[in-house]
Amino acid sequence: MSNHSPRTRLVSFVITCLAAGAAQAGVLPEDRADALYFRYDGGGVVINGPSVLVRKSIGEHVSVQANHYIDMVSSASIDVKTSASPYDDERTQSSLSLDLLHGKSTYTLGAVKSDESDYLANTLFAGVSHDMFGDLTTIGFGYKRGKNDVFKNVKIDGVKQRDPAFAEQMESQGFNLSVSQIITKNLLLSTQYEVVTDEGFLRSPYRQVRFFIDPFSQGQQFEQYPNTRSSNAASVRAKYFLPYRAAVDAMYRFYTDTWGVIGHTGELGYVHPLDKAWAGGSWIFEGRVRYYTQTAADFYRDIFPRADFANFMARDKELATYNAITAGVSATYEFKIARFPWLSKGSLNLRYDYMTVNYDNFRDATFSLGEFGALPAEPLAPGTEPMYKLNANIIQFFISAYF
Amino acid sequence: MNIRGLFVLSAAVLVTGCSSIEPWVAPYDRENLADPIMAFTRAPISQDFLDHVFESREGSRGATGGGGGGCGCN
Repeated sequence: MSNHSPRTRLVSFVITCLAAGAAQAGVLPEDRADALYFRYDGGGVVINGPSVLVRKSIGEHVSVQANHYIDMVSSASIDVKTSASPYDDERTQSSLSLDLLHGKSTYTLGAVKSDESDYLANTLFAGVSHDMFGDLTTIGFGYKRGKNDVFKNVKIDGVKQRDPAFAEQMESQGFNLSVSQIITKNLLLSTQYEVVTDEGFLRSPYRQVRFFIDPFSQGQQFEQYPNTRSSNAASVRAKYFLPYRAAVDAMYRFYTDTWGVIGHTGELGYVHPLDKAWAGGSWIFEGRVRYYTQTAADFYRDIFPRADFANFMARDKELATYNAITAGVSATYEFKIARFPWLSKGSLNLRYDYMTVNYDNFRDATFSLGEFGALPAEPLAPGTEPMYKLNANIIQFFISAYF
Repeated sequence: MNIRGLFVLSAAVLVTGCSSIEPWVAPYDRENLADPIMAFTRAPISQDFLDHVFESREGSRGATGGGGGGCGCN
């Protein structure tokens, strides 16, 4: 495990997505099955795996969704290089949710379970959404509560196992409010607000900060984090139908939390279907650009002036000041099969994204600390290393079937 | 805004929602909005994965779901 808070946020995200189905109140989502293979390759980390998602209606008022997702991680990230050994790990996540349609309201109930060798997360969530104003407006509320167990893997006699002396916990609660609005016959608007509070063990049990021993040498010690974090995020998203059957969309999100992180996210997308049939099917192409920037947490530093400099000390690059650009393209081929009349539509999808991240105050410490305990031939003085930069290639291939 | 403030705001929205408002986009005028290309999230399985990539590398979290279209087109 490279760090912890992302797992919690993953669960948070999955819940948001599962609840998004409920945001379309008054109509149950369509029955579909998807099988995805993905590969992320960047910053010394390779993650690949499958994900399977099935949504099925039971009668006219109930819809069930199940997802099974596996991350197979092979990591020699910058954090791992400077303070540990490369590792392989696997995370399995399963989720189940139920949507119940009653008049103009949809009620959602669900659970997410994520298992990893050193991190177990269980979350329950519930939500309700309601159509109003002649179905021009949908308003939704959601609540979630998670309980996570944090462990630490160590090698004893060369065998990777949990440190018997280390067991921590963290709990998370969240509340979200969403409003979707039809503005014109070609324009949709959606806004969301979400507050999340975490309490407990919030840092990584592995990651270390570094500090000056003197101007030419440095030491390392484990991070120290506050045991609470509260965040507020608000987003607005718009989608517009163009005169020639294509769509553009734009999104902005503002984020702030009690650790001093302020984030801005912006995204632009364009969807273009080809009207002309090709081999009995049709194509949809999509392009997307996303920009993200954030300020550092109050207790983040690339290198601290001395050991035990402050009560809270972090060197997680997620908490640094940086900006990132991600650009992606996708192609979807939709088809029908006459032999399978029960299949209303199938599709093959390929998506590629390129992500580049530029850090403003996170230096590449391998120039001074070396990699996996082996010093570089000509080590640089601490604090003079070049800034770290991350580039990643992200590929997804998935098949979808609609029933 | 804290959680209590949100509840107050939500309640206010619901109460004002009791009065009837004439829809300015009639149901038969929502053909474009019902087109699958207008879905905020066309492929949830793909968006779940990609947002996980972002969430696990960024300090920000929350308010990322598609939120549905609010179309009521069917």
